[in-house]
Amino acid sequence: MISLADQLLVLVLLINFISLGTSRLIFSIRAVAAQGVILGILPGLIHPFSWHLVGITVVIIGVKGFVIPQMLGRAVRSAEIKREVEPFLGYVPTLLLGAVFTALSFGFAGRLPMLPEHHNYMFVPASIATLMTGFLILTTRRKAISQVIGYLILDNGIFIFGLLLAGAMPVMVEAGALLDLLVGTFVMGIVINQISREFSSLDTSLLTSLKEE
Amino acid sequence: MFFALQGILDPGLMVLVAAIVVGCAGVPGLFLKKPGTGQAFAAVATILATLAGVAASMQLLFSYTTITYVLEWNLPFGPCELVIDPLSAFFMLPVFLVSAAGSLFALGYWPSAEHRTTERGLTFFYGLLASSMAILLMARNGVFFIMLWEVMALSAYFLLVTEHESNDVRRAGIVYLIATHTGTAALFVYFSLLAAQTGSFLLPAAGSLSALSPFATIIALSAFIGFGAKAGIMPLHIWLPSAHANAPSHVSALMSGVMLKMGLYGIFRTLTYFYDPPLLWGAVLTVTGITSALFGIAFAVAQRDMKRLLACSSIENIGIITTGIGVALLGVSSHNTTLVYLGMAGALLHILNHSFFKPLLFLGAGAIIHATGTREMNLMGGLGKGMPRVALLFMIGSVAICGIPPLNGFVSEFLLYLGFFKQLKADSLVYLVLLAPLLALVGGLAVIAFSKLFSSVFLGTPRSPAAAHSHEAGLTILVPMAFFALICLLIGIAPQLGLHLVSPAITSFYPKLASTELSVEYGAILGRLSLSGALLLAVAVVAMFLWRWRLGKSPVTSAPTWGCGYKRGTARMQYGASSFSELAVSVFNGIIRQRIGRPKLTGLFPGAAHCSEVPTETILERIIVPLFTIAGVSFAFLRRLQHGQMHLYMLYVFVTLFILMLWAH
Repeated sequence: MISLADQLLVLVLLINFISLGTSRLIFSIRAVAAQGVILGILPGLIHPFSWHLVGITVVIIGVKGFVIPQMLGRAVRSAEIKREVEPFLGYVPTLLLGAVFTALSFGFAGRLPMLPEHHNYMFVPASIATLMTGFLILTTRRKAISQVIGYLILDNGIFIFGLLLAGAMPVMVEAGALLDLLVGTFVMGIVINQISREFSSLDTSLLTSLKEE
Repeated sequence: MFFALQGILDPGLMVLVAAIVVGCAGVPGLFLKKPGTGQAFAAVATILATLAGVAASMQLLFSYTTITYVLEWNLPFGPCELVIDPLSAFFMLPVFLVSAAGSLFALGYWPSAEHRTTERGLTFFYGLLASSMAILLMARNGVFFIMLWEVMALSAYFLLVTEHESNDVRRAGIVYLIATHTGTAALFVYFSLLAAQTGSFLLPAAGSLSALSPFATIIALSAFIGFGAKAGIMPLHIWLPSAHANAPSHVSALMSGVMLKMGLYGIFRTLTYFYDPPLLWGAVLTVTGITSALFGIAFAVAQRDMKRLLACSSIENIGIITTGIGVALLGVSSHNTTLVYLGMAGALLHILNHSFFKPLLFLGAGAIIHATGTREMNLMGGLGKGMPRVALLFMIGSVAICGIPPLNGFVSEFLLYLGFFKQLKADSLVYLVLLAPLLALVGGLAVIAFSKLFSSVFLGTPRSPAAAHSHEAGLTILVPMAFFALICLLIGIAPQLGLHLVSPAITSFYPKLASTELSVEYGAILGRLSLSGALLLAVAVVAMFLWRWRLGKSPVTSAPTWGCGYKRGTARMQYGASSFSELAVSVFNGIIRQRIGRPKLTGLFPGAAHCSEVPTETILERIIVPLFTIAGVSFAFLRRLQHGQMHLYMLYVFVTLFILMLWAH
């Protein structure tokens, strides 16, 4: 089971690279949806069966795999944009940076003081690498939708870390985090629409005109 | 009635359910399409819940019981206890009564048909504010307390900015937000230190901490800042006048009548933790209290805006209550039980009284604003002819707030005076006697402020067309006012009832006072007071009938008020509100600092000219705003970090995280 979980985590890491490397927004959204579904399956592989676990799995797959991608897809269609052009940092440099960060996070995770039963998993390095990927996307992309995608990947990274604790984590915290994400995406969806209506573009660097003088 | 309920229902549960019902009363209105239904539903639900809640809290109060519930919450802050002890039950009374009266008043004052866009939010947050305060009184877990405190503060903010199209309202809202969050920051310090002392977030039991430990002073100081900012004790009152003036009137009534008291409740609760408060604490409370009372009422005298005047008088009343608490605390430190009893009884009874006459006055102000469309007293006049019932009720409120017998304001101040004069023969703390003339000065200034308010609004001839066409308020406005006026009269005529209400709360504050000797002794004194009050009322009634009878016998001609035989007297010849208080204000000119614009008159026949006197918010405009400006200028370089580039903001987070990770390595 653990080897299967590790293989899935490798898949998660690959999806990180896909979203770092692609300029097509729809493709990026689908990749993140796939990542969400994988994350939904993971808890079932590493923890013994319980109804709590079933609940988590169903809600995670539902929200991350279907609801949020649907909302984002609608935002992309209504804003009529297909590609992220002119990011602040090109695709190849971000891919390279992503690779460097992934390598660093493996190195870093190896030195963390962890419980012995967690040592052999790939969870912690994968989590940190995904976090970093999220940050990279957030900082280098210009379009508001890419920013939402970055935010989602960032949250996935946090979720992977939380998997280690799934047994101990109270339902309320999980529900809170998920709700946070859902509302966050929802608000971003509205913001995206407003930005595109106001500036007839989704370029977040135009938002500088909103800052307080 | 409520003793019959004892067998059927658990009173603690009933209070809890009532609080939740009040909180949810505005929810259906958010979804109903038809205007008015939601508002009417909210009013009915709130009144029903209040009947249950008041009955249950009275029962808890009189039976001296403490009820404990534990809320199951999966949060890592320890158990969440909900406790209703007599002190909580006592504060529960105004919460329920004022919110019920306000929600009924809203039907006439802020009808859904005219204010469709704002009414829904107003009704919802009104319930939420009342409910959060009721549950706050039960909360015994620091974290839960802070949560409710924030719900309370924020729903008050949303109520306050109901008319956010106006610049003044938005400014008042921002000042309020800054003030309340400064207070909350102090409360974070307070609860963290308490948790550090006791090892859990549960509030400490009564008398379980020593005031001599080094942390105790910081705890007391942060409680004073945090709770005092909410209560509006003098240097921390900056948000109060503009907030109360700009909120809808029933909201001002709830804020002034009840929300300020939550700050006082916090102070009370904090003081119960310590078994040996030093003299200094009592002295600080007494001095700040009497200062607030004096300056608060001095500011009130200068105001031109009716609701600002009422708000400043709230500062005064909070000051009087704080003085009472301070005196009681001095009594605790010096083991003088009489002083504790009188200070406590005066403070608690004044809390109750203020939460009746101040809402009465704010609701009256609402009725006047509803009729004339302005808050400026210089534009009113002669309203007594158009709205005699409102005028009568408003007068009862004014007399009560000035502390004139036979109304309730007198009773609580009388208890404080008794306490001060008792010190004449005492061995220590003799100088407390000096508070008596100060309190008398406050009372005198209050009479000036309220005779200015009443006379410029209701007497004389109308100073503007709107004031000339005033109309009597409807039943939904009059009934809540009449209700408060009745309670004011009842406590004034039968002060023993008030003493009965406060005794359990005093006992829970200072358990050594459980012996009934003192309450019997002062009950007897108040009994004589009650007799003379009744006599005074009877004389007043008889005099009024005699006057009516004489008036009926002789022919009556009517002429404009202050006509004084002038052929063409105009309304502008009468004393205006500002001119009435001119002399009193000039005495306090060092503190009040009016902005006066006087025209230069030249020649024998000067042309039209304009004169204005605007009272300023001394502390806000002379101290706080300049301080904020200096801070703004000196930290201007930090603004370069805020450039509006979203991805660079993300980079800040990223870099911080990275540095933290490296550091942890």
